Amino acid sequence: MSRGIDKRLLFIVALLAIFGLLMIYSAGQTDILVTNHRAWFRQEKWLWVVQLVWLVIAIVGATLAYRTSFRILEWATPWLYGVSLLMLVATLVIGTGKGSAAGSKSWISLGGIGIQPVEIAKLATILMLARWFAARREPPTTLRGLVQPIALAGMPALLVLKQPDLGSAIVFVGILFAILFWADVPVSLLVLLASPIVSLLLAWSTALWSIWMVVLFGLLLWWRPFVMEAIFVYVTNSAMGVLAFVVWKHMKPYQQNRILSFLNPEANRTGSGYQAVESHVAIGSGGWFGTGFTLGPQKRSGFIPFHSTDFVFAVVGEELGFAGVAAALCLFLILLLQLVRIARQASDPFASLVVFGITAVIFTHIFENVGMTISLMPITGIPLPFFSYGGSFLVAMFLGLGLAFRASEEGRAASYLES
Amino acid sequence: MSPFASWQVARRAVAAQWLLVAVFGVLVSAFFKAQVVEHERYRTESAQTHLRQIPLAAPRGAILDRNGLVIADNFPGYSIELLANTEDSLRAALVRLDALVPDDTIDVETVVRRWKEARYQPALVYSSGRDDVVARLEEHRAELSGLVIQRIPRRHYPDSNAVAHLVGYVGEVSPTDLENNTFPGAQPGEIVGKQGLEVEYDSLLRGHRGVRFVEVTPGGQPVREQVEAGSIPPVGGNTIRTTIDLDLQRFVDSMWRTDLTGKRGAMVAMTPDGQVLAYYSMPSYNPNDFIGRIDPTVWNGLQQDPNRPLYNRVIQAAYPPGSPFKLAMAALALRRGFTMESKMRDPCTGGYRFGNRIYHCWYPKGHGYLTLRQAIAASCDVYFYQLGQLLGADSILAGAYDLGFGQRSDIDIGGEAKPFLRKAVKDYVTSHGATLWGNGETLNLSIGQGAHTETLINMVSFYAALASDGIKRAPRILASRPVKVVRDLHIPPKDLQDLRLAMVDVVNGGTASADLAGIAGLKEFHIAGKTGSAQVTGQKDMGWFIAFAPAEAPTIVIGIAVEEGIHGALVAKYPVRAIIHYFTGRTVKADVTNVTEDLTRTVGADSSTPAPPPTVPHPAPKTMSHPKPPGR
Repeated sequence: MSRGIDKRLLFIVALLAIFGLLMIYSAGQTDILVTNHRAWFRQEKWLWVVQLVWLVIAIVGATLAYRTSFRILEWATPWLYGVSLLMLVATLVIGTGKGSAAGSKSWISLGGIGIQPVEIAKLATILMLARWFAARREPPTTLRGLVQPIALAGMPALLVLKQPDLGSAIVFVGILFAILFWADVPVSLLVLLASPIVSLLLAWSTALWSIWMVVLFGLLLWWRPFVMEAIFVYVTNSAMGVLAFVVWKHMKPYQQNRILSFLNPEANRTGSGYQAVESHVAIGSGGWFGTGFTLGPQKRSGFIPFHSTDFVFAVVGEELGFAGVAAALCLFLILLLQLVRIARQASDPFASLVVFGITAVIFTHIFENVGMTISLMPITGIPLPFFSYGGSFLVAMFLGLGLAFRASEEGRAASYLES
Repeated sequence: MSPFASWQVARRAVAAQWLLVAVFGVLVSAFFKAQVVEHERYRTESAQTHLRQIPLAAPRGAILDRNGLVIADNFPGYSIELLANTEDSLRAALVRLDALVPDDTIDVETVVRRWKEARYQPALVYSSGRDDVVARLEEHRAELSGLVIQRIPRRHYPDSNAVAHLVGYVGEVSPTDLENNTFPGAQPGEIVGKQGLEVEYDSLLRGHRGVRFVEVTPGGQPVREQVEAGSIPPVGGNTIRTTIDLDLQRFVDSMWRTDLTGKRGAMVAMTPDGQVLAYYSMPSYNPNDFIGRIDPTVWNGLQQDPNRPLYNRVIQAAYPPGSPFKLAMAALALRRGFTMESKMRDPCTGGYRFGNRIYHCWYPKGHGYLTLRQAIAASCDVYFYQLGQLLGADSILAGAYDLGFGQRSDIDIGGEAKPFLRKAVKDYVTSHGATLWGNGETLNLSIGQGAHTETLINMVSFYAALASDGIKRAPRILASRPVKVVRDLHIPPKDLQDLRLAMVDVVNGGTASADLAGIAGLKEFHIAGKTGSAQVTGQKDMGWFIAFAPAEAPTIVIGIAVEEGIHGALVAKYPVRAIIHYFTGRTVKADVTNVTEDLTRTVGADSSTPAPPPTVPHPAPKTMSHPKPPGR
């Protein structure tokens, strides 16, 4: 095994970066008459140039991360975590809405450039959780033992939910579960931890929820957690089943609509279901090989909503067809498998957990975003890695990838394992 | 044991990798379902949401005269249309459009109706966009989402008023017509014939609309031509050739406008076998005004004009047939054994006593004893009163019906009025009550008055039969329309010949001779004709003249009816001039001074000049004589 940079990872990252940049270029090629921004770089057709600049910044960031020792990082983690929490709080106070998230406070302006602190917070939370678990010889075996990591992930998640940004809040949940899994927390605990969420989702159907409660009862008898914990889990599940209605009442109409649209986009196609339907139609009309690069009629005429950012994957579907979609998804899968491999080979638990956390972030983003374009997931405004226009996530992700490159190199240097 | 022992990590890594593969498998299969399995459905849906059909108007076929001259054709114009997703956005766009085009007012409700008929197609706003309007709208295109400006073929009638009643005009198909399928295959918004030949031969002329596709934004703004969806080019309509002689038609028009200024009436010329050469009704209108959208003031003017310019006097006006009907009486007489030399019991003394009433002859001094032939030439009423009594009312009615009177001529222009004539006296009693029919009606009927009206076209069609072989054929304007025999009049060739010669006498020494005297070429072309004046309730007498030439083997039959024309003799010169023009191909300029003198002299002449019964040479004289006519 050669030393130096991980060429397989570099190759796949380069391919995805080029693919993504091309799609942002294509997304800018439309026929719609839009009000021209005065600044050329705000115009849709030049977004790819801006994205290229962001990509350069991101690569610089990745290089810096690559040069950073995990020991220094581990030491700095609490500070980073604290600063990111403060930024999230600041966002709630001075933040502004923008683009597809015009109704929420998720941006803060630093010297004229809008950034999304949540992307940094995701990274900081991964580091914080990794640090917490890496410091333990044994993983927690009780729910009570998980209170601290839940709180570490829960604080930024709640702050993000307050913006409100449901999509990113879900990403924090993804990070938490991924880290717990990778830290060898028993699967039974994960299931019990997730059970209230299952109850919440099943609350729409009393029959399904009742079945779930019976199954849960069986699981509790089988796994035999502490009695108090078992009662706590069962009560929480019961409460979620009942509370769902109350939660629903407290949701903002657009949030309710999003959920309704997700459940049945066709029924509400002129309202909030519009985005889901148009995206689905554009993808479906692509066929095997699509309408051709830059030539998608749905995109050109402006039917695909937010085609440079949230719904850029619909442009892939329309213009490059199933072939393009399959290629993009294959590249994503290979990237994720490579990252899991690096996490496995990492020379120490902290690095391993960090890389797996980054894998989880990228995966959650892909699954949420791609699933949203094809109506598998509700509409949330989170970017698709490499493809969606936007600097904050790109830079944050490349910082994470820089860490992965470092972990890969260190892992191979330690040569615990051959690969 | 550390959870990060290598074998433990490897176990979790394998689980995580399988989970990833499974999730991506789900994603890929979801895309496979949408993009491959359900591709057709989404492709259609995609086309529906972003493609709009824009109909392409087919150019109507041209209408040509018999020599290939253009009566109706097309020239390029612009249509201004709007694509809209909702009624509100359409109305908003119309308001903005109206503000940009200050001269024209938009008929908002009509546009909205058109839009409702075909929501995914552009709704027509104007079909007659002028260049400057189009230029201004192009400038403001960004404010007018959904604006579609198309070059469209626009109907044009180069001879405008001169051919109005012949060709008619075109317009947008009406909702009623669509409902009744009056124009098979016509789509909402399509241009169809409304009057005249345009409507009669609409199915030939119209052609088939094409379609192109444009991509639109969610707001309905057209952004790009969609070529891949496959546009269908329009198929132009067929050019039709008519039997009309446009040169003659123009001559008739210019003649009427200079010499019969302000007179209402009609003129029609045809070959004896029914090919219509000229078809003219006055007052007229400009059919080009109807193209696009007719200006409401112009429309109201046409509607309210007491002279009714939209009224097609060739086929719709019901006139008493008057003296031209005497030829029919003569034909019936010959059929019953009379000859051209037959005389009546009583001489004409200027009137005829029937019961306790005197029925006057138009010539108060009286014609004396006349033969049938002389009676035709002199148009002696008293002769025909007696002939009518001899034949009997029922016999006249049945006979006239048999000669094609009281029925439509079956010309190929729609809207022909049915002449008013019953087959028997009892039919009048049935339909109108006993009071209509007095015994004097027989006398009125005998001179073409009373309970009998005819259209000009049917009268001329009858004379065409006289001018040919006694077979009445449907007048036809479409050159390719097959000859259609309406009925055989069963007049033997000998009788036809005699009747024609009597008509030659009318021109040469008979009722028409005085007024035709000044026209050069009259003799040369051997013109035969019959004058007539008929009483119309509430109006001055109308004038008839129906002529054909050359008398021995006629090639043209031409008739004129002039409302308040006083007497046929006064209008006789117009058909004659038209005939001469037809033969010589040049405009025969009447000596206007001379004509005026003629009129004055004629009016004063009746009382001062003694009236010997006309003696007419037979056959038609080769030399021109200028006798003072006894009457006309």
